[in-house]
Amino acid sequence: MAVDLNKLHLRAPWQDLTTGMMIHAGGTSVEFHTGEWTAVKPSIDQDKCKKCGRCHMVCPDSAIVVRVVDNARMEGPGCGKTALDRMYQVDTDHCKGCGICAYNCPFDAIEMEGM
Amino acid sequence: MAKRERLSGNEAVAIALKQINPDVFPAFPITPSTEIPQYFASFVANGLVDTEFIPVESEHSSMSAAIGASAAGARALTATSSAGLAYMWEPLYLAASNRLPLVLAVVNRALSGPININCDHSDSMGARDSGFIQLYAENNQEAYDNMVQAFRISEHKDVQLPVMICQDGFITSHAVENITLLEDKEVKDFVGEYEPENYLLNPACPTAVGPYSVTDYYMEAKRAQAEAMKNAKDVILEVAKEFGDLSGRNYGFFESYHLEDAEYAVVMIGSAAGTTKDTIDQLRKQGVKAGLLKLRVFRPFPAEEIAEALKNVKAVAIMDRADSFSNQGGPLGAEVMSAMYRKHLQAEAINIVYGLGGRDVTVEDMGEVFAELARIAKTGEAGDTYRFMGVRG
Repeated sequence: MAVDLNKLHLRAPWQDLTTGMMIHAGGTSVEFHTGEWTAVKPSIDQDKCKKCGRCHMVCPDSAIVVRVVDNARMEGPGCGKTALDRMYQVDTDHCKGCGICAYNCPFDAIEMEGM
Repeated sequence: MAKRERLSGNEAVAIALKQINPDVFPAFPITPSTEIPQYFASFVANGLVDTEFIPVESEHSSMSAAIGASAAGARALTATSSAGLAYMWEPLYLAASNRLPLVLAVVNRALSGPININCDHSDSMGARDSGFIQLYAENNQEAYDNMVQAFRISEHKDVQLPVMICQDGFITSHAVENITLLEDKEVKDFVGEYEPENYLLNPACPTAVGPYSVTDYYMEAKRAQAEAMKNAKDVILEVAKEFGDLSGRNYGFFESYHLEDAEYAVVMIGSAAGTTKDTIDQLRKQGVKAGLLKLRVFRPFPAEEIAEALKNVKAVAIMDRADSFSNQGGPLGAEVMSAMYRKHLQAEAINIVYGLGGRDVTVEDMGEVFAELARIAKTGEAGDTYRFMGVRG
């Protein structure tokens, strides 16, 4: 029987938590905000970013997310789905602040900032 | 209809398992428990059971595979002794804390060193705080009966804890005794089908077993585990009652032998209780009020019931087949004395370490213990409360 995730929280008494702390529901890692573990977060300078995607590939937590940006203002040949359509952002709910993205950025576009 | 047989303790456990027909049995051999999976493997080869038998590469793996099978929704068990039990130390705690029902058939053997293959309780006593329920047997019949009851206790919804059933290496595991077996159908009906509410192989409800619990949740998990062990007391008695109705053999937390009016009592676990009963029979003929409390259930520890049973004795010797090297005695001594203290009992108590590494225990040895208890009761002086029996020097 699936568990109601809303009932598993910091104020729940031990009697209301699941046996063996098992979680009877799928895909729940998204709900688990591992971003709470860190005191530093990467900040991406979008002017310096060349959209190479290396940070996205090296992130161990899939916490560099790619957003497709509105390209309606772009004109001319080759302005379809190009590299320019992408923007790299930090998923702060899941980034653990390891700094691997900043270390690997070839353009010094990522700074680790204290929170 | 019960069947009369003559079996070794290992055979008796294997026969019980054949009747239970579990889903998964991962095993790695170690003396003196090897015969349990060995006999069982022959049942598998001969098509007498449907069990998935997994020969693994270590005891760490056998316990881990049993845990995985239990998490998947299967009825699983394994068997081991001594160093094998020590090697599955880490997963023992996982089975208990993840609240996975399974059974571990332990054949008690000394831990090294010096290396030794014979009986004492240092292996399972070392695992006493792992969160396993522990049932001990005096003889082959009790080993069989505990095996038949174990899954019912382990799988009960108020418990969901792994169970260790223990018997004395070689003394009961290899000695052949008369035994009364239940019919296959009786065991099958008694144990029933295992129907877990949640399990990994249930496609209707994905489940995560053993997720990380940060500081905010770990203590709540442990509190719930403690409650399950508390609940186990009632469940053990319920299952024993039902088993008694079926078999005519009655079990509780412990067996009292001439304890009701005893002035001098021995508390012990395992096969040496049989020897002690012979001593008591002799002493009773001489008018000595000697009695025995033979503990069957060590986890959960029935402290109140033990103290109640000992409330009228003048002196008690608690016999440990394992030392805890606390410089105070063994684990049974510590817990029984603690139980007596909490009930404000006035009896003098001593703790005797005996039978290590298979050292024999004789009727005369136990006669000496009762004689010493009589001296203690007379003088009111317990003397050294941490002693050894049967050692040279």
